[in-house]
Amino acid sequence: MTHPSDTGTAPVLALRDVSKSFGAVRALRDVSLELFPGEVHALAGENGAGKSTLIKTLAGVHRPDAGQVLLDGTPVVFHGPGDARDAGIAVIYQEPTLFPDLSIAENIFMGRQPRRALGRIDHKATHDATAQLMRRLGVELDPDRPARGLSIADQQIVEIAKALSFDARVLIMDEPTAALTGSEVARLFGVVRTLREQGAAVLFISHRLEEIFHICKRVTTLRDGAWIASEPLEGMTEDDLVRRMVGRDLDELYPKQEVTPGETALSVRRLTREGVFTDVSFEVRRGEIVALAGLVGAGRTEVARAVFGVDRWDAGEVEVDGKPLVNGAPSSAMAAGLALVPEDRRAQGLVMDMSIERNIGLTGLRTTVKAGLVDRGAERSRSLDWAVKLQVKYARIADTVATLSGGNQQKVVLAKWLATGPKVLIVDEPTRGIDVGTKAEVHRLLSQLAADGVAVLMISSDLPEVLGMADRVLVMHEGRLTAEISRTDATEETVMAAATGRAAA
Amino acid sequence: MTVTAPDQAPVADAPKAGATRLVDRIFKMRELAILLVFLVMIAITQAGNSEFLSEQGIKDLLLNATILVLVATGQSLVVITRNVDLSVGSTLGISAFAAGTYLQGGGNPVVAVLLAVLLGIGFGLLNGLLVSLGQVPALVVTLGTLYIIRGIDSIWVGSRQITAADLPGGFVDFGSGGISAVPWLALIALVVLVATAYYLKQFGSGRELYALGSNPEAARLAGIPVRKRILAAYTFCGALAGLAGALYLARFGNVDSGTGNGYELTVVSAVVVGGVVFTGGSGSVYGAALGALLLTSINSVLPALGVNSVWVLAINGILLILAIAVDRIVALRVANALKKRNARHG
Repeated sequence: MTHPSDTGTAPVLALRDVSKSFGAVRALRDVSLELFPGEVHALAGENGAGKSTLIKTLAGVHRPDAGQVLLDGTPVVFHGPGDARDAGIAVIYQEPTLFPDLSIAENIFMGRQPRRALGRIDHKATHDATAQLMRRLGVELDPDRPARGLSIADQQIVEIAKALSFDARVLIMDEPTAALTGSEVARLFGVVRTLREQGAAVLFISHRLEEIFHICKRVTTLRDGAWIASEPLEGMTEDDLVRRMVGRDLDELYPKQEVTPGETALSVRRLTREGVFTDVSFEVRRGEIVALAGLVGAGRTEVARAVFGVDRWDAGEVEVDGKPLVNGAPSSAMAAGLALVPEDRRAQGLVMDMSIERNIGLTGLRTTVKAGLVDRGAERSRSLDWAVKLQVKYARIADTVATLSGGNQQKVVLAKWLATGPKVLIVDEPTRGIDVGTKAEVHRLLSQLAADGVAVLMISSDLPEVLGMADRVLVMHEGRLTAEISRTDATEETVMAAATGRAAA
Repeated sequence: MTVTAPDQAPVADAPKAGATRLVDRIFKMRELAILLVFLVMIAITQAGNSEFLSEQGIKDLLLNATILVLVATGQSLVVITRNVDLSVGSTLGISAFAAGTYLQGGGNPVVAVLLAVLLGIGFGLLNGLLVSLGQVPALVVTLGTLYIIRGIDSIWVGSRQITAADLPGGFVDFGSGGISAVPWLALIALVVLVATAYYLKQFGSGRELYALGSNPEAARLAGIPVRKRILAAYTFCGALAGLAGALYLARFGNVDSGTGNGYELTVVSAVVVGGVVFTGGSGSVYGAALGALLLTSINSVLPALGVNSVWVLAINGILLILAIAVDRIVALRVANALKKRNARHG
């Protein structure tokens, strides 16, 4: 095991041979990590590799079963997140952890508000300090405004302000950019650089490899809970890093098969939902993968929801195989052979506390219910069948979905809908927040489905994915379809031009 | 979110604190609204029956509200942490009887009150420990302790009864006396209420109650001692239920094994009508106190207006649902206002 300390300084925070188990699951095995002041360090690994457990160990949420946490070279035991915070460790979690009912200022200073006589909170000092932090971050957020209703980006800003407010010596960021747009990412990176120059150690986690290369100096890779390598990023390629993460050569990330499109399967004509999207018309043919690109908030998800019947449309029509769908009736859409894999798998795609088999079985109740009772045997065999086909990694099919990693949860959502044998599959952000290995599997699956004659409509904000997978790209801007670009003409520039409403190519 | 349609244009070109002020206003309005309903109700009643607001009339209104205000104040703290204490009625009953038994034997009134409070603290601690350590929903745990405490009370008290005649005269006089129209008991409740409100606003641990009710997981990650705070909220709630028991004894001078039966539902109604959100994180003890005042006043208003008092419960129910509906609508409005503000910042 190498511990490169070419910076010449001592690590501010380190893990030495740390192990942590949850029941039978060994989340971390003899993992070591060193964070140096003034350095941005990347933590790479697939979903389920143990990154979250490692972070929570550094943050004092978990206590290691074996091994040590070292602060300035001295072993420490954090009895809770408060201890880690007092040691100068700030964590920005993947899901923002704000108090919606409290003001931004209170969110930032909760637990360590400035005090005046008798231990009372100094509300004015809290407010002023928050206003100052907002100025430093260059954002206009009112300190007295409640956190409820903040955009994800602004929530991240509050989290960062929290870290800045106590001059963190170590800043840990778990996928801070997952929900951010380009300019917001740039702003975030600006803050990270400032912190680095001030001598803070930053641990950075992202599934976007280009970001890792952009901002980090060294990388530690985890695989299945084990330490693989800690090394400088200089001289490494993205492929090198991916190989470390998945432990094998990655098959092509976008395994698109060439298919000759068949007849029209889904036809949407002049669809309008007032105030949301206007006059949207397109067709998807059998065997085709059509991407629906655009900025977040352009109305793509809303179109998908209306087509599937979750929301009503105000004008226009939707046909599957030439037969019109009933407005606002998902059952009609399902009967016609339409399937929708939603964007937010936790809230809309899965019943987190139900087992894998029952989740997959939900869409098949019409076939597995006999005399009003669910035929559990039929449900199980059907679910097992699909779980195996999609290579879902689980311990028992009766385990709750909540125990699975993000990528595997996404596979369960896909299995649930593929089990209905759809003619038209709408997938909304199918690979958001899932690791490269699973991403390639999902892409291969979509490609295979199209080759089998399914019409696929894929909503995606991931441009390489759009360009790599789609036969045609539809682009939406502010509720309208602004461009239709063929595979040969689709480039980052043409798609982005249409998505941002600049004159289409 | 980007604005997707022209009709979602910003409401006004207020300065950047516009949305916040709106939110502030709405939350202050929430308490103001109850006060308004209360005042209108009192005014109408006074117009229909000029005897209603006599000195004795006002005193009765305040006396009736006092005990509910106290228990609702304690309950608010628990509800703010996203929990509930259903055992307050039982705790009030058993504390009242304990204080009464002690006084019956010739005890000191001050010690009697302390005894009731201590008993309440004991049951509060029990609830707090079960909820915070057991990781069991508070609704179920405190439903259990409701029956357990009531059971102990029934076995201990049996068919016995304490009446005013058994109590020291000074204690009973204190229960009905006061400075002109303001009863001593109401002053006690007011002091507790103001102190609690001040604590919630000005002290870190008070704000942490709101934080952990607003987002328990985030509270844990922020290093807030979640269990300790929940334990403290239940203990405080129990203490006030005990104190309310002693004051109940002073006010009515009549306690048996059924005292406080079903009271928890009135308390929860008062808290919710007063704008303390049942899912935690939001609301004030002043709101809860106003809710208590409103609910108890209806009891006096209806007879004064010649309405059959069988309507009281139904009206309480309507108020409760109305309060929840208003809260929901306000919450949606606020969310929309904040979203529009976001849209402008893009």
